[in-house]
Amino acid sequence: MFVTIFGSVEQGIIYAIMALGVYLTFRVLDFPDLTVDGSFVTGAATAAMMIVLGYNPVIATLVAILAGFVAGCITGLLHTKGNINPLLSGILMMIALYSINLRIMGFTLENSVGRPNIPLLNVDTIFSTVAAWWGNLGIDAAITSALMGLGFEKVPKTWSALFVGLVIIIIIKLFVDWFLKTEVGLAIRATGDNQRMIRSFSANTDRLIILGLGLSNGLVALAGALIAQVNKAADVTMGVGMIVTGLASVIIGEAILGTKTIMRTTLAVIIGAVIYRVVLALALKSGFLDSGDMKLITAVIVIIALILPQMIDKYKERKRKAKRLAEMRTKVEQGGNELA
Amino acid sequence: MSLLKLQQIQKTFNEGTPDEKVALGNINLHLKPGDFVTIIGSNGAGKSTMMNMISGALTPDYGRISIDGKDVTALPEFKRSQYIGRVFQDPMAGTAPSMTIEENIALAYSRNKPRGLRMGVTKKRRDIFRTALERLHLNLENRLGAKVGLLSGGERQALSLLMATFTQPSILLLDEHTAALDPSRATLITQLTKELVAQDQLTTLMVTHNMQQALDLGNRLIMMDKGQIILEVEEQRKPHLTIPDLMAEFEAIRGEKMNSDRALLG
Repeated sequence: MFVTIFGSVEQGIIYAIMALGVYLTFRVLDFPDLTVDGSFVTGAATAAMMIVLGYNPVIATLVAILAGFVAGCITGLLHTKGNINPLLSGILMMIALYSINLRIMGFTLENSVGRPNIPLLNVDTIFSTVAAWWGNLGIDAAITSALMGLGFEKVPKTWSALFVGLVIIIIIKLFVDWFLKTEVGLAIRATGDNQRMIRSFSANTDRLIILGLGLSNGLVALAGALIAQVNKAADVTMGVGMIVTGLASVIIGEAILGTKTIMRTTLAVIIGAVIYRVVLALALKSGFLDSGDMKLITAVIVIIALILPQMIDKYKERKRKAKRLAEMRTKVEQGGNELA
Repeated sequence: MSLLKLQQIQKTFNEGTPDEKVALGNINLHLKPGDFVTIIGSNGAGKSTMMNMISGALTPDYGRISIDGKDVTALPEFKRSQYIGRVFQDPMAGTAPSMTIEENIALAYSRNKPRGLRMGVTKKRRDIFRTALERLHLNLENRLGAKVGLLSGGERQALSLLMATFTQPSILLLDEHTAALDPSRATLITQLTKELVAQDQLTTLMVTHNMQQALDLGNRLIMMDKGQIILEVEEQRKPHLTIPDLMAEFEAIRGEKMNSDRALLG
């Protein structure tokens, strides 16, 4: 049980990067961007391809971010310059990326142009590099003995992947928080909030939308690149339903922590992503669900997360009204007594 | 020297269809620096179309628009809005509701400089914003961190007005900006408009349905009808003008009674 939860927290923290990307488009720009399903794989494919070709995994990951950024910008161009509806722009880019991703992975083959997956066994990844260094620190052994002492029988093999994920997500969170408070960041937020208004303050909304989509998909591609490295494989189908996963994380997080400030909302999104993974893992562990049911579970989680807050609000309002009515009644009664 | 010049502006909507409508037919208008022109006219007279032409939201079919001697006819809205401040009729239209008061003013603050990766709100800027907000007398200077969506319509419109005038634009466009407010709020916004325009000597165009407001504010007045400017009242005459005068002028020009109750009573 503990190992299952640990594993999903480890993955959840990486998926949180993707969720922050989805937050940038869905919430900040108010642009339902479906490019994500494709750009996640683009990140994974680019990083895996370069790692297999012998590049440093850090460089491979940076190039993956760039690839995602470009993909997002193209979606933005389709929407702003081509006047294509946001949903359709994203879908078009998503299916175009499917073919592009096959081609990207195909660079690793000499006799073929497309390739559906790349295993990353026996190659250096960010995680394996850090794990090697981490192993010398002796932290794992210390934690293991401490946990054993507490009565856990099965414990995680290494905490290094969680460490890498935490460092990266903290950097990304601080970056997003900072960026959304800069002049450009404010203008992007205003674009999602009131386009007509920000245009009257001399902001080029087209360019801001393109930039926002680029940044969002850059983050999504980073998540894809890291997931490929931690799971030791890139696969052309690994992005299916990613947009719903991201959305689920955003909605769950917001429902729990609220959206008072930017810093709080980004934290909420990260926590939402982790909770989502844990819930999913526990649902699968319950026994009667199969891993093929994952997408169904995802859909159900999102539906619950969307409907539950509404029901809670309604319930609260009804209670508030009932209370006020009761107060008014007592007042009237008291008034009557005074008159008498 | 004219600050704003409209020359032979023409615009037709739905050209070549049964719905063809000449929105503006040959509009000529010159504004001197510091002019405050009020625009009246019934619905469909072309007032809003003209405002949208000046702001760049619409481009004319024919004619030329220049600001400060510079031809801006082909300049897109977001570039032109460096020189133009605008307040819309809808109090919700001029501000970003999910952002705070100080963030909204920061958006206005960086209107005429390229936006970069500097912080939108700094300590120094916050002081500037606070001083500016004090001019509104709405106690907003103590609510800098409040989301604008929580403000009332009147407060939002006052903030819109402040934001539109914040960087002292060459031209201020007011598009029936008090029409959606209740009378007491409308009076407040009218008063603020007077103050802000006078303080910064802003060249202003104001569309209104309220004739009394059109007479009270500004140094010039124009009346539009069916896409034409049918009456221009100059500085010397405007202070002596009354509502009956305006109605008589309209009848004399058009040979019919003014038929819009809204235009009469506003």
